Amino acid sequence: MATILYFGKLSSIFGELSEHTPIPVKIVDTKSLREWLDQSRGFDGALLHKSVRVAVNSEIVDDPFPVSDTDEIAFMPPVGGG
Amino acid sequence: MIRITDHPFQIADAVAEFERQSAGAGAIVTFSGLVRPQSAEGDVQTLHLQAYSPITENGIQQAVDAAQEKWSLSAVRVIHRIGDMAPGDPIVFVATAAPHRRAAFEAADFLMDYLKTEAIFWKKEITASESRWIEPRAEDYRDRTRWNQ
Repeated sequence: MATILYFGKLSSIFGELSEHTPIPVKIVDTKSLREWLDQSRGFDGALLHKSVRVAVNSEIVDDPFPVSDTDEIAFMPPVGGG
Repeated sequence: MIRITDHPFQIADAVAEFERQSAGAGAIVTFSGLVRPQSAEGDVQTLHLQAYSPITENGIQQAVDAAQEKWSLSAVRVIHRIGDMAPGDPIVFVATAAPHRRAAFEAADFLMDYLKTEAIFWKKEITASESRWIEPRAEDYRDRTRWNQ
């Protein structure tokens, strides 16, 4: 199972900071993962926004980056500052 | 030297600890940021901060490294709260120690500008009427660009 983290306003939309979920076989990279989660979790486009960065196993990556079922994947909207 | 914590901290304790760590310095500058009681939306009830470890810590460490490259510093300390805070609670503590005051002042200012604009934190302000995720102000970004020259 993969761990998915949603930060900032994404956590408010999802209602939780994280979820553990099996990734369907057809999902092979961050781009297809975004699209699948956006549709299936009711983000209504919020996950697809260009300003939302993605990190795989604590490294910020560019779409499309390979993902597997054991990864920790974080979706990071623009930061709010400290 | 960098601590992200969901526990409240006391500024006086942080200052005393830093003074012990920086024995021999000629100048110590400390900055404490507190939760403001009012926002444009009204009285603040709670400020909620999220971080993503270790990306947040790594980014702050890079800013500390840049400060140490730019100024002669003998010690640096950054403490940053996450979780829920009430008005008046300390959010951030930055301390710098150097042989002379100018380096300590400027390095603390530089680190705060990084923390206010680029550090990996997400901040939600909760008032009686609403809760909203907030982003840096235009003046925070302007302050940050001062160090690009």
